[in-house]
Amino acid sequence: MSAVAHNHDHAHGHDHAHDHEHHHKDTFITKYIFSIDHKMIAKQYLITGIIMGVIGVGMSMLFRMQLAWPGESFKIFNVLLGDKWAPEGVMANDIYLALVTIHGTIMVFFVLTAGLSGTFSNLLIPLQIGARDMASGFMNMISYWLFFLSSVIMVISLFVESGPASAGWTIYPPLSALPQAISGSGTGMTLWLVSMAIFIASSLMGSLNYVVTVINLRTKGMSMTRLPLTIWAFFVTAIIGILSFPVLLSAALLLLMDRSFGTSFFLSDIFIAGEVLHYQGGSPVLFEHLFWFLGHPEVYIVILPAMGLVSEVMATNARKPIFGYRAMIMSILAIAFLSTIVWGHHMFVSGMNPFLGSVFTFTTLLIAIPSAVKAFNWITTIWKGNLQLNPAMLFAIGFVSTFITGGLTGIILGDSTLDINVHDTYFVVAHFHLVMGISALYGLFAGVYHWYPKLFGRMMNKNMGYIHFWITSVCAYGVFFPMHFIGLAGLPRRYYDNTNFPLFDDLQNVNVIITVFALVGGVFQLVFLYNFFVSIFYGKRAEQNPWRSTTLEWTAPVEHIHGNWPGEIPTVHRWPYDYSKPGHDEDFVMQHIPYKEGEEQLHH
Amino acid sequence: MTSLLIIVVLVLLAVALWQLTKIFDLTQVGARVAGANSQVANDKDNNLQGYLMFGFLAFIYIITIYCLIYFGDLPLMSNSASVHGKEIDRLMWITVVLIFLVQTVTQALLHYFAFKYRGRQGQQALYYADNDKLEFIWSVIPAIVLAGLILYGLYAWTNIMFVDSEEEVIEIEVYAKQFSWEARYSGKDNTLGKANVRYIEGVNTLGVDMSDPNAQDDISATELHIPKGKKVLFKFRSQDVLHSAYFPHFRAQMNVVPGMVTQFAFTPSLTTTEMRELPEIQAKVERINQIRAKRSEKLVAKGDAALDPYTFDFFIACNKICGASHYNMQMKVVVDTPEEYAAWLKGQKTIAEKVKEEKASQAAENAPATAVDSAAVTAKNDVVSQSPAGQK
Repeated sequence: MSAVAHNHDHAHGHDHAHDHEHHHKDTFITKYIFSIDHKMIAKQYLITGIIMGVIGVGMSMLFRMQLAWPGESFKIFNVLLGDKWAPEGVMANDIYLALVTIHGTIMVFFVLTAGLSGTFSNLLIPLQIGARDMASGFMNMISYWLFFLSSVIMVISLFVESGPASAGWTIYPPLSALPQAISGSGTGMTLWLVSMAIFIASSLMGSLNYVVTVINLRTKGMSMTRLPLTIWAFFVTAIIGILSFPVLLSAALLLLMDRSFGTSFFLSDIFIAGEVLHYQGGSPVLFEHLFWFLGHPEVYIVILPAMGLVSEVMATNARKPIFGYRAMIMSILAIAFLSTIVWGHHMFVSGMNPFLGSVFTFTTLLIAIPSAVKAFNWITTIWKGNLQLNPAMLFAIGFVSTFITGGLTGIILGDSTLDINVHDTYFVVAHFHLVMGISALYGLFAGVYHWYPKLFGRMMNKNMGYIHFWITSVCAYGVFFPMHFIGLAGLPRRYYDNTNFPLFDDLQNVNVIITVFALVGGVFQLVFLYNFFVSIFYGKRAEQNPWRSTTLEWTAPVEHIHGNWPGEIPTVHRWPYDYSKPGHDEDFVMQHIPYKEGEEQLHH
Repeated sequence: MTSLLIIVVLVLLAVALWQLTKIFDLTQVGARVAGANSQVANDKDNNLQGYLMFGFLAFIYIITIYCLIYFGDLPLMSNSASVHGKEIDRLMWITVVLIFLVQTVTQALLHYFAFKYRGRQGQQALYYADNDKLEFIWSVIPAIVLAGLILYGLYAWTNIMFVDSEEEVIEIEVYAKQFSWEARYSGKDNTLGKANVRYIEGVNTLGVDMSDPNAQDDISATELHIPKGKKVLFKFRSQDVLHSAYFPHFRAQMNVVPGMVTQFAFTPSLTTTEMRELPEIQAKVERINQIRAKRSEKLVAKGDAALDPYTFDFFIACNKICGASHYNMQMKVVVDTPEEYAAWLKGQKTIAEKVKEEKASQAAENAPATAVDSAAVTAKNDVVSQSPAGQK
């Protein structure tokens, strides 16, 4: 295959005196830092994502404490936020908004987009389709380092004097455009925009690479209908990313111009701090359209890879074919298509024409159909299985549970009539955290526990995995289930303190319960961190195929080598879900095993 | 106390899990030495985790029931104070019941299967790859149910959002700025005068164009009074950033966007007094006052002032992040009987009167130099592009 040969040359472009049969001596820098090997880049993405995740979750724990015990003094606030933002340990109201903003940004983009899709697309696309590496290893490396750079800039923005961006992760102007409106819209916001622009460049390079790799570098016999669902999910995710991220970039650039060069794309008729500003003729609603044109597909960019990982983990551990393989692909495509035409459901009460609200209600509720199909297919997959309840499998089942719970409330929010009254309340917070926050995190955890042997050649401790899962899942419901109720009681989100509305006084005890669950759940992530980092060095050495899985990555040796397979790339003879197929001795048949004489294809 | 209890329970749960897995590890020593430490789930793990899965189903049900009992008194799903609110509440209840039904059944299936089919050595899974009939059924059923919800929702949405231009409505402007609200009434001519932020000056905080004849009888207020039983068309304007006018009790909400005028119309169906007399509201207020009394005791012990007892009032809350004090941007809303409303309105001064008074007092303070200011303002007229009266 010429593509493979080319790729091989490329991987060794700087050092062409040998072929991959001989061990290639990497320096520390080419192996661990500026690596062009997809497996190393996957690990870099994962570890960067985990570090950003620690920051993001830590922030949520801080503002949850403020919400449960408003105005109380905590030493930890003073230690972490300093005298300016937490004088005498009492959190200031502007830093509360900054924490909420950066928590949202970090979790959505840096953890769930880069940490999830970046890690597993990089790790699994070449290994599962039978390719030596990504189409362009060099571009892949640039993609990671741009992501790293954007993470660093985002973290730096936390330390500027006027405070980090605090206009909410949706950065609606004019609030995000005018430093007079909130101090975080000064240097902090500029850094936020720069960081996101770099992030988008990184994401585009990654996505283009994934799409090209999946289309061109599949091994012999790997037709599109023999791809594991993970690859389908990553492939479609990359396409949505390519289509929608540039729109966010344009919104960010226009906003940057409004802020720095006096244009009026999003601003008009503003009187602030005692003077009339010159802006004339722009519209914040335009920004909302541009933002959500990315923003909504973004939630599918986050959830589709998780769905793919869960499908794969579930089939392997149920020892059963995934139910309705083609229906799963169709629903991924349907979700991807619909995801690009539903953005207006974030804007039902934004002042746009109510007729548009009707259209977006229609498209939004349509998306429930493919989602329901997926949920039913997962449930049928575990029906009459032989479930191997490994930690990854628990997270996969947990994913389906939270996805259903969180997804169902989408029927309320997607209905423009009902949205009038729950828009921007805690009901929304509960909904999206369960359906795309927690679910996507479960997908990430399932992926990490399942493919850890492939990433690091060692096993994670399963008992710690079990504890991690059960505490996390109890706490996740403990945090977000009651939140629906305070939302239905009318409590607006992004309020620093609810005591100015006596009507909400009786919701205070619920906020305490939520916070306690959040703190415990957050602290128990340390179990995962410990397990993850210690197992890298001290975990039990993994077998080649510990979960007895069918896909190609488990035919590659445990030891990481350039080019993934020491000899020929395996040829594919069957679909990826031949688990417990009658007529075989083992309960799984790997994709590279040819059909026996007289063996029939039993799936459609 | 609750928090302590939750922490204790969760820590004990973690310890119990740890111990259980330890015991299972120990019991395996004799059985399968080779595979015992493989970090892959064995039959013992499957068994334990399967039972826990079933237990988790119980947890989901318990937390649901607990929330329904203790937080399920939802003032925003009944007792709406507007005419269209009843429709929203009905649709809400239908949707919520449906969701609970689906949630209960699917979670039960998921967790029961996880328990029932937990792995055992030698157990054979069923090779069951697809079934077109099943896929068809569970695509069509949600499609039909959702079609019903969509139709109902769109019908209600159209009724709420589209205001018949023939209909007689009271136009009131709700004006937002960091971090307060104001209201403007159109006066006898029932037409709001033109306005733009460029006219803001002194007491004319709403930027009303005082040269517009329609503006002469406009009235401004910091408390929103509306009459029961009359359709009110709210016109929203913001002078600085995005805000959102959230009237939770009226099931109404609309963003307030600088540079344009947004609108929302509803008919109040209960006066403030009537709302206060509803038994559910009285029970809620009493509960809140108990909480406040308890909190006051603590405050007094610390030497602070006690909290005022709470009486029910409607309000507008800002529901779009708008700056540091977003959390305290509210305005009291009073629903009067039409007679009370007329009387209240009569008692208010017009903006023109307020401007005149301000000018008079300024003139008294420093006799010359005022004429120049007003000339500067009229010169800016040509810049004005948006006005509430111009947007229909």
